[in-house]
Amino acid sequence: MKRDISKSIDNVEGREKISGEAIYTSDITMEGMLYAKTIRSTIAKGRIRHISIPSMPKGYYTVDAADIPAENYVHMLHEDWPVFAENSVNHIGEPIMLIVGPDKEVIKDIVGDVKITYDEQTPVFDLSDSHKALEFTKGNPKHAFKKAHKIITYDYETSYQEQTYIEPQGFIGYPENDGVTLIGSIQCPYYVKNAVKTTMGMDDDKVRVIQAAVGGAFGGKEEYPSLIGCQLAVAVAKVGKPIKLVFEREEDMEVTTKRHPAKIHMEAAVDETGHIRGIRSHIGIDGGAYMGLSQVVLSRGMLAVTNAYTIDHVNCKGDVYLTNTVPNGAFRGFGAPQMIFAIEMFINHIAEDLGENPLEYKMRHMAAQGDLTATGGVFRDPILLNEMLETIMEDSAYHEKHKAYQDPDVFKGIGMSWFLHGCGFTGSGEQEKIRARIRLKKDDKDDVHILIAAVDMGQGPKTTMRKLVASLLEIPIENVHFKNPDTRYVTDSGPTVASRTMMVVGGLVARATRKLSEQWVSGQELVVEESYRQPDYVKWDQDTMTGDAYPAYSWGINVTEVAVDPNTYEVKVKDMWNIYDVGKAIDERVVLGQADGGQAQAVGYATLEKMEHNAGKLLQKNLTDYIIPTAADTPRMHNKLIDNPYPLGPYGAKGAGELTLVGGAPSVALAIEQAIGRRIYKIPATPEHLMELMNHEDH
Amino acid sequence: MKTIDFILNGKPIRSELSADRRFLDVLRKELGLTGAKEGCGEGECGACSVLLDGKIVQSCILPLASVDGKTVMTIEGYKKTKKFKAIETAFLKEGASQCGICTPGMVMATEYLLKNNPAPSYDEIRHGLSGNLCRCTGYNMIFNAIRRAAKEGEGLW
Repeated sequence: MKRDISKSIDNVEGREKISGEAIYTSDITMEGMLYAKTIRSTIAKGRIRHISIPSMPKGYYTVDAADIPAENYVHMLHEDWPVFAENSVNHIGEPIMLIVGPDKEVIKDIVGDVKITYDEQTPVFDLSDSHKALEFTKGNPKHAFKKAHKIITYDYETSYQEQTYIEPQGFIGYPENDGVTLIGSIQCPYYVKNAVKTTMGMDDDKVRVIQAAVGGAFGGKEEYPSLIGCQLAVAVAKVGKPIKLVFEREEDMEVTTKRHPAKIHMEAAVDETGHIRGIRSHIGIDGGAYMGLSQVVLSRGMLAVTNAYTIDHVNCKGDVYLTNTVPNGAFRGFGAPQMIFAIEMFINHIAEDLGENPLEYKMRHMAAQGDLTATGGVFRDPILLNEMLETIMEDSAYHEKHKAYQDPDVFKGIGMSWFLHGCGFTGSGEQEKIRARIRLKKDDKDDVHILIAAVDMGQGPKTTMRKLVASLLEIPIENVHFKNPDTRYVTDSGPTVASRTMMVVGGLVARATRKLSEQWVSGQELVVEESYRQPDYVKWDQDTMTGDAYPAYSWGINVTEVAVDPNTYEVKVKDMWNIYDVGKAIDERVVLGQADGGQAQAVGYATLEKMEHNAGKLLQKNLTDYIIPTAADTPRMHNKLIDNPYPLGPYGAKGAGELTLVGGAPSVALAIEQAIGRRIYKIPATPEHLMELMNHEDH
Repeated sequence: MKTIDFILNGKPIRSELSADRRFLDVLRKELGLTGAKEGCGEGECGACSVLLDGKIVQSCILPLASVDGKTVMTIEGYKKTKKFKAIETAFLKEGASQCGICTPGMVMATEYLLKNNPAPSYDEIRHGLSGNLCRCTGYNMIFNAIRRAAKEGEGLW
């Protein structure tokens, strides 16, 4: 009998990481290497009137917009985000100039001596200036609301969340072959390469991007590195020497992208039997100063509006509002955690208003195979939520605890959420935008080399991709190689985002492996390629946002138990029981590790991770002020996986990384609701916020 | 000029660098030992943890002067020990390292914990690791790894 692919193996990068031998960006030094430090806007909005630069010691340089050979924008979806601010600034911390030179202390002195004067303008901080509005409709929500027996309305709010990867952002750049090479802490080598090509006006063969070991990313190193990569490329071209640009922690927290704060309005049309006939929703997200990826974040948030429920009539609107604050961007879940928080709390709140048991009420609306999604697509594959629910209810002793914790004096609670996550890019994004290409090479020693741009930032593709190929070819994993991507050698298999790496890229790798196996001649070199083809069944209309938003969905349930201190209102998240359908785990421990980590981030999002700005200045800018879960805070995790192979995924694999974060916050918040006997509409539910709720008579 | 003398991973070092240099920079830049990582530069995250006379310290907030006359162990020295092998195996088998940036610091914190308490309970492990932040793992697999290291490395500590 063949070994089950899910059976765990040792992480192939484990030894070098445990021993401290793995080389991260900041560990690299080069002969004659210089350092760079960024000069940033100190105001939220205005015109730059004058920049006064001190006399520069020999070997020190300024690098700014005037040095850009081609385009002064970061190539992404829009062209609004400047590489260096020119004439005007739109947020505190916006980069204006680099100071480059051999000695960091001297650089620091120069940075202190650069004086910038501004003509300040009135900044915008509220959600009023929409730069992108999206909308979709399913069924006939107008009619459903007209005929409603009852209309129930609530508003929800979520805050910033900082990715807080432990390794700050950074690159080393150096001149090579009349072009520029960048080594960095990145998720998406080709995003950086394409952005640098645009800004430098360079041909494809002049820009090379190499991934160093990445010390965590979580979306934070998806689009933001393109900005600093472009800046460094401009500097390298000007100075002609290797330059290192690594952020310090405070700088990283003050200026890099975060999860979008969101305000979500929910309305439900309920019929005489208590069934939800229609949902109307509006989600507004704070994009910060520039669009970046906000439009796509908004879209993924909106697509989660009915979560894992089937609602016949839906209208969902959303806006990206720009404000004079740090641009927000990708963070594991990408809009979905905000919306899933809102819808999960909303369904519970409706059930309570109607005097229904929330669990039974949720079950009556649960999505089933063959149902239509919020955008009128079809849930084609089996949905195992019922089985999963049965398992997790038993494991967590949910019913017994839920009953026991009705006693308001115990200050304990248990909460449950269920959720889905669309795997891969939205709609036709894979086909139209990404067009992934992958390459496998067999050398004359019959070793196989995986040549893809996927980045291992801790989530394990080095292990799982090698395991996948080795397993399909029935050769030892030692004979399969997968190095950190270098755009000189690997094809553009797309970014390492959107829970797409195993399902989409791994799917192509599996196909190429079969091809390789068919053409295998021992001792001969052989190269095979594959490129993405959208499954025929996926029909998506981007203009109306209707059809199949995703080719497949992963599913999860979180149950969380909390105790709240009745005096301090400190929340102790004690245990989490979690079950996931990721199709088929290519390595069980890798997926369970994603589960533990995603859930801990959800606990932080729900309870600890408060970040705010005052007139555009972030108030939490280091790990003393911004609190992520420590070993003492993290709950005991009890995780299970259920097999539900997806026909087009390798061995049936679907997406896993984001799923483990997107639904955790409402399960925590619902547990807190039970513990304190008050409703929660806003996260993070910090002790200060809980105290406000407790001191408020109406609830 | 006053020199600063210390034992680093078993070898004597004499340094003429400025006494207020951050010890983490001395390790990484002057001595080329990059196993201790800089995560925050303010003593909050523990990625730069080293052992100073056997006690866990954050080298990013440690001035060079503080190591004068003392013994320092970094991951580069520690990885040559039997105890490290037990921890390495346990971390591998339990999936305790993901992105790896916090891991060398976690290993040093594990050594400090086990030296003082060779058979820690989960709560003692939680407390013992609370100065070392990890954003990837949610810590549970690290707890299990430490329990495994304590069990399989019994007698080493």
